[in-house]
Amino acid sequence: MDLYKLGISEAKKLLDKKEVSAQELLDSIYKRIDTVEDRVKAFITLPKEKAYAMAEASRQAIDAGKPSSLSGIPIAIKDNMCTKGIRTTCSSKILSNFIPPYESTVTSKLGAQGYILIGKTNLDEFAMGSSTENSGFFTTKNPWDLERIPGGSSGGSAAAVAADECIAALGSDTGGSIRQPASLCGVVGLKPTYGRVSRFGLVAFASSLDQIGTITKNVKDSAILMNIISGKDPFDSTSAPVAVPDFAKNLGQDIKGLKIGIPKEYFIRGMDKEIEKSARDAVKKLESLGAIPVEISLPHTEYAVATYYVLATSEASSNLARYDGVKYGFRAEGKDLMDMYMNTRAQGFGAEVKRRIMLGTFTLSSGYYDAYYKKGQQARTLIKQDFETAFNQVDVIATPTSPTAAFKAGEKSSDPLQMYLSDIFTISVNLAGIPGISIPCGFTSNNLPIGLQIIGKHFDEETILKVSYAYEQSTEWHKRKPNL
Amino acid sequence: MKYEAVIGLEVHAQMLTETKIFCGCSTKFGSEPNTQTCPICIGMPGVLPVLNKKALEFAIRTGLATNCKISNYSRFARKNYFYPDLPKGYQISQYELPICEHGFLEIVVDGEVKKIGITRIHMEEDAGKNIHEGGGNYSFVDLNRTGVPLMEIVSEPDIRSPKEAAEYMKKLRTILRYLGVCDGNMEQGSLRCDANVSIRPVGQKELGTRAEVKNINSFKFVEKALEYEIKRQIKVIEEGGKIIQETRLWDSDRGITESMRSKEEAHDYRYFPEPDLVPMTVEQKWIDEIKSSLPELPDVKRERFVAEFGLPEYDADLLTSEKSIANWFEGAVKAGGQAKAVSNWMMGELMKLLNEENKTFEECALKPAQLAEMLSLMDKGTISGKIAKTIFEEMYKTGKDADVIVKEKGLVQVSDEGAIEKAVDEIIAKNPKEVERYKSGDEKLLGFFVGQVMKAMKGKANPQILNEILKKKLS
Repeated sequence: MDLYKLGISEAKKLLDKKEVSAQELLDSIYKRIDTVEDRVKAFITLPKEKAYAMAEASRQAIDAGKPSSLSGIPIAIKDNMCTKGIRTTCSSKILSNFIPPYESTVTSKLGAQGYILIGKTNLDEFAMGSSTENSGFFTTKNPWDLERIPGGSSGGSAAAVAADECIAALGSDTGGSIRQPASLCGVVGLKPTYGRVSRFGLVAFASSLDQIGTITKNVKDSAILMNIISGKDPFDSTSAPVAVPDFAKNLGQDIKGLKIGIPKEYFIRGMDKEIEKSARDAVKKLESLGAIPVEISLPHTEYAVATYYVLATSEASSNLARYDGVKYGFRAEGKDLMDMYMNTRAQGFGAEVKRRIMLGTFTLSSGYYDAYYKKGQQARTLIKQDFETAFNQVDVIATPTSPTAAFKAGEKSSDPLQMYLSDIFTISVNLAGIPGISIPCGFTSNNLPIGLQIIGKHFDEETILKVSYAYEQSTEWHKRKPNL
Repeated sequence: MKYEAVIGLEVHAQMLTETKIFCGCSTKFGSEPNTQTCPICIGMPGVLPVLNKKALEFAIRTGLATNCKISNYSRFARKNYFYPDLPKGYQISQYELPICEHGFLEIVVDGEVKKIGITRIHMEEDAGKNIHEGGGNYSFVDLNRTGVPLMEIVSEPDIRSPKEAAEYMKKLRTILRYLGVCDGNMEQGSLRCDANVSIRPVGQKELGTRAEVKNINSFKFVEKALEYEIKRQIKVIEEGGKIIQETRLWDSDRGITESMRSKEEAHDYRYFPEPDLVPMTVEQKWIDEIKSSLPELPDVKRERFVAEFGLPEYDADLLTSEKSIANWFEGAVKAGGQAKAVSNWMMGELMKLLNEENKTFEECALKPAQLAEMLSLMDKGTISGKIAKTIFEEMYKTGKDADVIVKEKGLVQVSDEGAIEKAVDEIIAKNPKEVERYKSGDEKLLGFFVGQVMKAMKGKANPQILNEILKKKLS
C-alpha cells in the first residue's frame, strides 16, 4: 500500500490499530518526497531528525494505548508559522537565518496532539503573491503540470498535499492564499472566520486579514484539523471567545432545503468558460442533493481588490518595519545607522515586498490617509454589509475560487495587476472576515483542477464543511491524483 | 512691548505596574541590560500584544482623578518610525479615541486658584534605550524598558508662566503618587515633561508659532528651561526675527535650548488603528468601581485638614503633599496627639531627621503612635519640652517608646518644689553679681538663672515651677 496517499482519518485508523507504525508512515512520506520533491519543490526546510523523534514519541503514545488525535500524522507547515528551534524564513532573505525561540499557537496545539512536523513549505515572500514566484528562494511547481505554478501564497503547502508529500498541511490566507492554491492544486483549502484560529506565531502580513487554515486531501480532514487549531488564545487578543463546535460531527447530514446564494457579480461575461461551467455544474449537483440556489447580489464586489490592496499594504508597511537588521535576521553593512537600515532592507526584501511596503507607506502618509486608508476602511464596511444582507436570504454562498486554472510560471509575474486579479473571488471573504472553503469541482480540458468556493456566515464553518462534504461524497474529483 | 507666554505640557508618566503593557516581562528599574525581555517586547516575527488590564485601570484612575471623561470605547494606534530602541518599527500608542479626555487640574499661583485643562490622557508603550559607550563606531541597545506602560498626559495651552508650569507639574506629580500609578521620579525618567511654548503680545488673541522643548529631565529644570525659551523667543521677535516651528532640546549643563529638528524634518508617523488589539469597551460599572476605590485626593484632604484639625493652610499644604505624610499625621492624631503639636513635630524635628538620612515617610521607622505617646507625657508633665527633643531623637534612632527612654535614662521631670528650691538656692548663692543686676531691673537675666538651674538639674526641672520659685526668690 502507498501509505503516503492516505488522508488523516485513514492513516489514523491504521496507526491506532498498530497495522502501521508512525515510523513506517514517515518512511513512506520521505520516500515519496525523495521521489518527487526535486520536481515539485514544495519545501524550504525538511527537519528529518526532528520528524523521526516526533514519530518515536507518537509510537510510544500509541503503544501505551494513549494515542492523541494526530499521533504519527505527518503535517506540513507553511514557513510563515514559527516553529521553535526550526528555521522560519517566510521565504525571505531577510529571515533566511531566523530560528524562532518560541512556538506558534497552532503548531503547539498540533504538537499537543502528537503531529509530526514533516517540513516547512514554500510561499511567496511574506505571503505576498499568488504563485510562489515571489519566494525569495525558488518557485514551487504545480504537481498537475510542472510548467505551471501551484498558486499562492500557500503554494508549497497546497503542492505538498496534492503531491502526497504529507498527509495534510497548514496554510495562511490573507486574500485567498489558502483557497486559490488549493483550487489550482485540486485539494481542499479552508480559510476560517477571522478570529477563529490564533495568529500568535504567524508572521504578520496584514494583521486584520491574516488567518491560518487547513489544506487537506478531503473535507473530513479539514474538520479534524479545525477541531484542534480553533479557539480563543490568551496570546492573541483578536482570537474570538466563541465556542468551538465539533466540526466533524455534522458531516454527512443532508443539505435539503439549504439556500445557496449565487452572486451575479461572480459570474461575469467574458470569464473563463470551463471555470464557469464547472462552478455552475457544481451548483446543479448541490441542487440535486436538495439545496436551493438563490441568485443574490454583492454590489460592492468591484471595489474589493482595490480596497484590499490599500488596507493590506498599509498594514504590511508597518508589520514589516521590524526587519531592520538591528535585532535578528539578515543585516547588511552600512557606513552609519541609516545606511545600514537602507542596505539591509534593499538587499533583504524582494521586489514585490518592496512594492507593497512603498504602497502602504504612501497610503498611510499624512495628507493621503483620508483618501486611501480611511476610504478603504469605509469600502470594507460596505463589502461586509453586502455579505450580511446576503446572509439574511441564504445559508452559504457558492462561487468559483479562482478566475482561471493554474497558469504558467512567468505568465503573470511581470504584470502585478494581472497577478492581483487572481484573488478577485477570494479577497472579499477576507475583507468581511467570514469563512470560505475551496473544494475540487472539476478539471479543465488539459487536466488542470478547478475549485468551487463555498462562503459561510461568521463562525459558521460547520455549514460550509457540511455542504462541502455532501458535494465531495457525491463526486469523484477529489480522488484524482496528479501523475508524477 | 509686553509679551505673555502660552505653554502646554505633554507629560509622560511610567505606570507602576508589575509587568509590561503588552507582555509578562517585569518592569523593574535598573536590571542588567536585556534581561527583562521576551519575544513579544523585542518584536520578534509573529508575536502579538495583549493588553495588561492593570495599565488600563491605572489610566482610568488617573483620568478620574483629573476630572476627565472616560471613554467607553477606546483603541490603540500604531505610531510608525525607525529607531534602534524601537524593536517593532512602531510604537503602540493611542491616537483617535484616547482613554481619557476633557479634564482639568487646579493649581494655586500667588494665592490665586487657576484651572489648567487636560486635553487627553492616553496609554502607550515605552521604547528601549540606546547606550553610547565604548567609543567605537557602534551603540548598544537595552530593551528592558521597551513595553513599560506609559501614560501621556496632555494639557491645554492654559499655562501662562514657568511658575504655573512648575505648579502644574508639582500638582500632577502629587496626584499620580497619591493614586499609586507613578512614582514621579523625573531624574530616573519615570516622569518626563515636554513643553510647547509660544509667546504673543499681551492682549493678542492669536497664538504665536510654538517650539517644542524636550528633555526637561529634572523638576528643577521645568522653570529654568521655560524661562530660557520664553526669553529666547522674545529676543528673536524683538530683533525682528520669526519663531520657527521646531523641536528644541533642553541642555541642562549649558542652561539653554537648542534646535533639534524643524517642522520640515518632522516625522510623518503614519498613525493607523492597531489591528492586533481589539478596541477597548470599558463598562461603566468598572469605571464606577474604580471611582469608588480612589483615595482622598490632595485638594480635598488639605481642606479637610484645615476644617477638621484647625491647621493653618501652610501646615495642611505641607502635610498633604504626600499621601504617606498625611497618613502619618492622621495616625498620630488618631493615637491622641494634638493636631498642631503633631504638625509642629513632624514639620520640624521629624522632617529634619528624615532629610538627614534622605528618607521618606514611608521608610520612617518611628510610628505615629510613638509621637502621640510622647506628647501625652509632655501634657502630663512627666517630661519637659526640652527633654522631649532628646527623647524624640532617641525614639527615632532606636525605635523605643518614649516612656522606656524616660525610664532608662532617668529623664522624668522633677516637679518636687523642695528639690528645685534647693538647686535655685545654690545658683543664687553662686552668682551674687547677677542677682544684684536682676534686682536693679535687668529682668532679662531670668533666662540666665533658668538655664543655670536646668543645667544643674540636667534639664529635668519642671520649667513652670522653676520659673515661679526663681521669681519668688529673686524678688
